[in-house]
Amino acid sequence: MLSINDLRASVEGKEILKGINLEVKPGEVHAIMGPNGSGKSTLASVLAGREEYEVTGGSVTFNGKDILEIAPEERAAEGIFLAFQYPVEIPGVTTINFLKTAVNEIRKYRGESPLDAAQFLKMVREKAKLVSMNDSLLKRALNEGFSGGEKKRNEIFQMAVLEPKLAILDETDSGLDIDALRIVSEGVNSLRSPERATIVVTHYQRLLDYIVPDYVHVLYKGRIVKSGPKELALELEEKGYDWIKAEVEAVS
Amino acid sequence: MSTETIDLKTRLVTDFYARESVMNGAAASALHQKKRAALARFDKLGFPTIKNEEWKYSNVKELVSESYNFNAASDIELSDLEDLKIPEQDANIIYFVNGHYHAGLSRLVSSSDQLTISSLSDAIKNDPDLINSFFNELAGESGDAFTELNTAFTHDGIFIHVPENKTVEHPVILRFVSDARSQNIGSQPRNIISVGRNAHLKLAEAFRTLGTERSFTNAVTEIYVSEDAGVEYYKVQNESDKAYHVGTTQVRMLDRSQFYAGTVTLNGRFTRNNLNIVIDGERCEAYMYGLYFPDGVQHVDNHTTADHRKPNSNSNELYKGILRDRSKGVFNGKIFVRPDAQKTNAFQSCKNIVLSPDATMNTKPQLEIFADDVKCSHGTTTGQIDEEALFYMRSRGISHSEALSLLMFAFCADVVSQIKIDSIREYLENVIAEKLATK
Repeated sequence: MLSINDLRASVEGKEILKGINLEVKPGEVHAIMGPNGSGKSTLASVLAGREEYEVTGGSVTFNGKDILEIAPEERAAEGIFLAFQYPVEIPGVTTINFLKTAVNEIRKYRGESPLDAAQFLKMVREKAKLVSMNDSLLKRALNEGFSGGEKKRNEIFQMAVLEPKLAILDETDSGLDIDALRIVSEGVNSLRSPERATIVVTHYQRLLDYIVPDYVHVLYKGRIVKSGPKELALELEEKGYDWIKAEVEAVS
Repeated sequence: MSTETIDLKTRLVTDFYARESVMNGAAASALHQKKRAALARFDKLGFPTIKNEEWKYSNVKELVSESYNFNAASDIELSDLEDLKIPEQDANIIYFVNGHYHAGLSRLVSSSDQLTISSLSDAIKNDPDLINSFFNELAGESGDAFTELNTAFTHDGIFIHVPENKTVEHPVILRFVSDARSQNIGSQPRNIISVGRNAHLKLAEAFRTLGTERSFTNAVTEIYVSEDAGVEYYKVQNESDKAYHVGTTQVRMLDRSQFYAGTVTLNGRFTRNNLNIVIDGERCEAYMYGLYFPDGVQHVDNHTTADHRKPNSNSNELYKGILRDRSKGVFNGKIFVRPDAQKTNAFQSCKNIVLSPDATMNTKPQLEIFADDVKCSHGTTTGQIDEEALFYMRSRGISHSEALSLLMFAFCADVVSQIKIDSIREYLENVIAEKLATK
């Protein structure tokens, strides 16, 4: 589904990603862990198409399509979703209106007819239940004055509505208390299916208690330096990142 | 100063005396003496140049470089106005074509016990003393050449009086149409609005142009807001790319009154709006909202004044603009707090999005505070569109252009939502959405 080959990216002339290789197949959940500044969020941003990152080498294909060549909105329409670490507040645009526009723009891209208001509302109400999202939040301006937990919940709610093939969760656990973490994780898990894949970018293991990964990758200094089964996350939790850093320094 | 500039001024002054000479006895009236004095002041002032501090960023050279027919007849019919897409509604609708009241197109729905309404030309004929008691009593102190010119040439417009304790249920909508299909049109409407004690009125002025020749509108409105009265006043300008508009609205508020103003400039070659509110009472509430969207080479200038002369009153102001292409915007907001006006709260904010490197916005807040126990604040921002918000929306599948329109529409929303005449608000929402979608 997603194939990343020797991906290199810089921001303001500084190389952050120094050759990433990753294969993600439908149905899989991959966790990307690593110390601060290792390039985790950069990888998530590059995949979603954030413009301030310059791709300096390598390739990324999604279902056979070169996604580095297409705009962020086209990537979304192809089925890639990024749950933001810091969701943006947009005064004056209600969550519901925002999502309706998004859903219908994506449908247009796929050559489908737009949903009418009734169909859309029915669908939205069902998805809101998945993440215990209060109806009143839907009518408010997008993320404006939302608590940290409400913003993250809104991300997962949007993901549920847009039903992406590949969801990338960028530090979705940051700033969440244990109850919010549980609700958000349940939302993510309810969307898991054999056709869909998830990349969970996180600094801590605790999210992975709820969203259990198939593979864990450790990113350090812009490269994946270690991959393993879900137990790797527990080992990192126990021993920290220093032993990985030591291993890398020993080799290089 | 170019020779053409002198020409328009000379032509106007000459025209004034030519008309006066055939006025028969009426030239001796008190009303005419006011006009005569105004003409003399205009003659002395001349059209402003950019050396005049109040006109520093707004050059009227192009406006005054052509001639305009100020007495043009028009064979306009309702069907000609269809294209202007002004929605019909449950309101008193008064048409002015080239500055003249048009009875055939106008329609009144409110009963005469709620308000007195007539064309100014009829009101002058029927009760010259009454009109004289209002005429130029507020606008006279402006010192502005265009206002003096309007005063000198006052012939038509609207006169509205709402008696005390009356609430006019249906809004009054004044539609000013310049019929510029075959020639350059000049018009100088003059409106006098008097709202009695504890009376309430919703009023809108809408300016449109028909045709592609130039139009020059020089409008003056004087609004008297009595004790405990409430007035909502909206000005909507959606004129042609060859429309020049200079307008002054002069307001006086007395104790415990409320005044809301909403000024929306959708289109026009050159627009200068002066909105001057004298808060001459205690416990008054004044609100000023504004919105402008110049594109191409359009120029929009809003000059506002909140003049606090008595204690314990509030004024609130929010102006917003989106500037594209090579357009220019000007905002000048004055707040005066006179020595007697203790416990004044006066707030002012002007926010702009400049979408093109060739567009410019000049903002100038001007606070002059002579009392010590007051709360005043002002703030202006001029920026670009929020890139992070744009990326967020695009990452959800919304195209760049659609995301931009949504963000701009949202930017306007807190001004548009203040417009309480439903049909006008909906009209604006539609026009704004259309305007944003086409760029």
